[in-house]
Amino acid sequence: MPKRIPVVENILSANDQLAQQNRQQLDQAGIFAVNLMASPGAGKTTLIEHTVQRLAGEYRLAAIDGDIATSIDADRAAAAGATAIQINTGGQCHLDAVMLRDALQQLDLHQLDLLLVENVGNLVCPADFKLGTHKNVLIASIPEGDDKPYKYPGMYKDVDALVINKIDLLPYIDFDMDYFRRGVELLNPGLVAFPISCRTAQGLDEWLLWIKTNASP
Amino acid sequence: MHELSITQNILEIALKHAQAANARKISDLYLVIGQLSSVVDDSVQFYWDMISEGTICQGAELHFKRLPALLECRDCGERYPLDDGTLTPCIQCDSISVAVVQGKEFRLDSIEIEV
Repeated sequence: MPKRIPVVENILSANDQLAQQNRQQLDQAGIFAVNLMASPGAGKTTLIEHTVQRLAGEYRLAAIDGDIATSIDADRAAAAGATAIQINTGGQCHLDAVMLRDALQQLDLHQLDLLLVENVGNLVCPADFKLGTHKNVLIASIPEGDDKPYKYPGMYKDVDALVINKIDLLPYIDFDMDYFRRGVELLNPGLVAFPISCRTAQGLDEWLLWIKTNASP
Repeated sequence: MHELSITQNILEIALKHAQAANARKISDLYLVIGQLSSVVDDSVQFYWDMISEGTICQGAELHFKRLPALLECRDCGERYPLDDGTLTPCIQCDSISVAVVQGKEFRLDSIEIEV
């Protein structure tokens, strides 16, 4: 006799629970953690380098870099002065809470204040997988084009801050900032945004101040 | 592509609930997927046929209910669909202060079992 039974369970609930545990672990160690998401080439690793270089005197920093292959990003973060762990996802298009948990196990958490997690370069999938970090940050960049909020709403909708990188290229690229910002506002009203250029260091101070304000207890 | 790990989650959740209900077999699974969820039905179906083999879910049919994304205006309360995915200001009052109130769902709603 067939019978229908209710389930009503989120498919990603296992990941969400694990993300919660990661958060507890970070909180217990007094670490402020940021998940940096962006498309490939937007400047995630470069922003991490600059953030590490500028804050290394005040904070004990670690970077966890997710990539499909190679340790190029972790090497760069380490060279900038962070304790760096590379996660190779083996083809997977995003980091998930399990991968972050495994990476956290490789770190001496009580020796850290600030953790920067670099997600896999992708504007789709990382949005669906919580990691347990305190803030989710999206890095957009001028050469990507001004239509990205409209084309990748899932990513823009839920982030806590937006970095707009490579603004030094604005004179050379047809990028309508008003159109871009309007799309962001539609999806995520009042989202804090940092127009920056990692190349010229323009706007970096505001970004660093945001990190410091959040990292302080 | 992350449909394989997602499909494994679906299988685990279904088996857990079937076991609790002493099911012999699961014949149907009813999934709800929002328009903004990055999940491809066909890929889930493809992996499902592979990984459900040898479990009490083998041969079970997956039913996908797609929920359209809905926006709600924070100023006038109007609700309107995202349509083809292009964001538009409120169709009633042109406000750009809108919230996505539906479209991110991704859940297993119910299963049909034989006991």
